[in-house]
Amino acid sequence: MTGPTDRIVRSVEIEAPRERVWRALTDHVEFGAWFRVQLDGPFVPGAATRGRITHPGYEHLTMEVVTRRMEPPRLFSFTWHPYAVDPAVDYSAEPPTLVEFTLEPVPGGTRVTVTESGFDRIPPHRRDEAFRMNSGGWEAQVVNLRTHAQSPR
Amino acid sequence: MSTSGRTRRAPASPPHGVFAALGDPTRLALVARLSAGGPRSIADLTEGTAITRQAVTKHLRVLAHAGLVRSIKDGRERRFRLDPAPLGQAQRALADLAAQWEDALGRLRRFVERGDPPRTPGEGLG
Repeated sequence: MTGPTDRIVRSVEIEAPRERVWRALTDHVEFGAWFRVQLDGPFVPGAATRGRITHPGYEHLTMEVVTRRMEPPRLFSFTWHPYAVDPAVDYSAEPPTLVEFTLEPVPGGTRVTVTESGFDRIPPHRRDEAFRMNSGGWEAQVVNLRTHAQSPR
Repeated sequence: MSTSGRTRRAPASPPHGVFAALGDPTRLALVARLSAGGPRSIADLTEGTAITRQAVTKHLRVLAHAGLVRSIKDGRERRFRLDPAPLGQAQRALADLAAQWEDALGRLRRFVERGDPPRTPGEGLG
């Protein structure tokens, strides 16, 4: 069971065949063009892809996704860390959210739906930990390691 | 507005505690009970449920930590009431992320339909 704050769902209809939309979503260069990130490699299920945000004003930020499923031309999914915006902070101990893109044919084109879920799994003390990590120091590293060790994944 | 790349701009105060607090079915049920009326004691909250006092106390503590529940001393008894403000913050934070996804999907649509990469000048993608 998930709470009322667990997920975001948004969709858009695009006047193009599914195969075209699939490429725009899953080719890392095309993805980077509209998402505004310069990715260092292709999306490969089970592997991490990193990149630098190219949106003006946010170029100091990086992002990392771990590709989960690539089922052409209908499902592409990855996990990442929500709010992971400070490059000086290690977010790897936190549970990621899951981002899923589904592609359905509709008359005249393709409907793309994005669902981001898993917000409820972010632990209650996260903000405190993030704060300690921001201030640096060993305590943060220890908290981080312990959380990571206890993480179910 | 915005333009904003889906860069995971954090909302002003990302209420992670709220998300996690509401992710548990027992706590969600407690919130539902508390939202249905005035301040309740632990005895009120356990009545008619299979949940122990200890469990309710523990869950109330998590809810209090997330700012969703406040306790009031009422004579010798402690009562708990819902504070809906963090719930609103959580919903606004999700709405903000949802707006960022809408922007990104809009850029995806324009990119595919116009073949027009909304690139930032001076950057050499591909």
